[in-house]
Amino acid sequence: MGMTMSQKILAAHAGLDEVKAGQLINAELDMVLGNDVTSPVAINVFEENGATAVFDNTKIAMIMDHFTPNKDIKAATLVKQTRTFANKYDIKNFMDVGMMGIEHALLPEKGLVGPGCLCIGADSHTCTYGALGAFSTGVGSTDMAAGMISGKAWFKVPSAVKFNLTGKPQGYVSGKDVILHIIGKIGVDGALYKSMEFCGDGVKYLNIDDRLCIANMAIEAGAKNGIFPVDDITREYCNGRYQGTPVEYTADEDAEYDEEYTIDLSKIRPTVAFPHLPENTKTVDEIADGEVKIDQCVIGSCTNGRISDLRAAAEIFKGKHIAKGVRCIVIPGTQKIWLQAMHEGLFDIFVEAGAVVSTPTCGPCLGGHMGILAAGEKAVSTTNRNFVGRMGHVDSEVYLASPAVAAASAVAGFITDPDKV
Amino acid sequence: MNAKGTVHKFGDNVDTDVIIPARYLNTASHKELASHCMEDIDKEFVNKVKEGDIMVAEKNFGCGSSREHAPIAIKASGISCVIASTFARIFYRNSINIGLPILECDEAAKDIKDGDVVSVNYDTGVITNETTGKTYQAEPFPEFIQNIIQKGGLINSILE
Repeated sequence: MGMTMSQKILAAHAGLDEVKAGQLINAELDMVLGNDVTSPVAINVFEENGATAVFDNTKIAMIMDHFTPNKDIKAATLVKQTRTFANKYDIKNFMDVGMMGIEHALLPEKGLVGPGCLCIGADSHTCTYGALGAFSTGVGSTDMAAGMISGKAWFKVPSAVKFNLTGKPQGYVSGKDVILHIIGKIGVDGALYKSMEFCGDGVKYLNIDDRLCIANMAIEAGAKNGIFPVDDITREYCNGRYQGTPVEYTADEDAEYDEEYTIDLSKIRPTVAFPHLPENTKTVDEIADGEVKIDQCVIGSCTNGRISDLRAAAEIFKGKHIAKGVRCIVIPGTQKIWLQAMHEGLFDIFVEAGAVVSTPTCGPCLGGHMGILAAGEKAVSTTNRNFVGRMGHVDSEVYLASPAVAAASAVAGFITDPDKV
Repeated sequence: MNAKGTVHKFGDNVDTDVIIPARYLNTASHKELASHCMEDIDKEFVNKVKEGDIMVAEKNFGCGSSREHAPIAIKASGISCVIASTFARIFYRNSINIGLPILECDEAAKDIKDGDVVSVNYDTGVITNETTGKTYQAEPFPEFIQNIIQKGGLINSILE
């Protein structure tokens, strides 16, 4: 029986010719990732168990992005602990303020992940790198510690759900609308424990930022990973950037899938996920003007903080002003994206429209800092989760949307269709 | 090995942001994390929970963030075992890795009510509702995972 893309990558890293769904394997890792929240817990596990060496100091990344620049003394203490560890073991990809970006924007940008690589990260959105044809998945801090020590991780080989993408997205529809549409269709546990494998003629209409956004939210459907086939768009992005050796895997024709869906991208409309689950989706056509008045708009995160996201928001904001009573926070994903956006003149547009531009940070996405909501407040956000209390007070609400919908809503003061502003 | 305790019951899709809100992730102290466990879904949980109590929830328990702080907070709050219809995969993995016993059993998860007294036999996977007398059979762990549990967690199993 044939294998899926994900199964082939796992088999290759486990030194096996073939693996089957459900099989438990030990596999060699190309990259082990942690952030300022999860690395300290991994470091405690590492040290409490008497480990004295890392498997490879070039294959570990520690990115200080969640609560940095340090939001308080406790956060500063955790970063200090991580910095001390990174210095002691000469961790090459320890990224502090000034070098860091949001981890899942930064690792692809720096070429630390690429086609065919196997990556675990102590952050659930590690599944992002599947956009490049990698197998990457979120784990916990103990797995991170074990990975740092041994360079290996155990996996239960996942079965897969296939998404055959057809057609070309229309108007303001972006990768975010595609993945929200899919999660709305299959639910927050619709791909539990499984791979989401995207394929089909529609893939060529999705740029790398769209694919990174789609793979990023595979976890919001419960998936172990999300993965795209490698094509010219991937090769162009990774060429001269990826530090490893790219290996392209394609699914066998007789690979088995638990379920198959055909998604016509041309039929998808701008989509919003209502509180308090990413599956509670409505298209903008189903939301009346003024129905959802907003207090805050966040444009950024590992889901939508890339250059094409900022351009999409700027296109809406150009020559317009954010509605009275709305705070708008724009957060470029990395230092490089920040500079690029500045040089392209996007910051002028944001500031003239009444938005603020932040340093890269996960910040408000997880209710960390830089835009916390009070009781009763509502935010439209390009982030990935709208759980109870996610961006602040337990009685606040988060509506997930694309950069174009978020920007249009900031201008209108309520959630609306970008075509209307 | 067995557990017996009073049940704290929750519903579908309990996410890691309500198990331990991100505003408390600026610490790695198990005790401090436990003092905020379940705070955004049940403010009284930390006052009600007793050592050895059992948590029961329905589908997709522990969805969302990969934060290991979530099973750590539950374990440090005194909970001996979590029973659910299904677990989100990172939470499932983290629980095994830190030695928090978890059992998947849809029938038990749906039947058992808040305040029931429940006992669990980890060797057989049999769950008994002492309040109603009804028994349930949970999915046993694969041998590979039983091995990790027997060795006292993932790190011990790789350091051998």
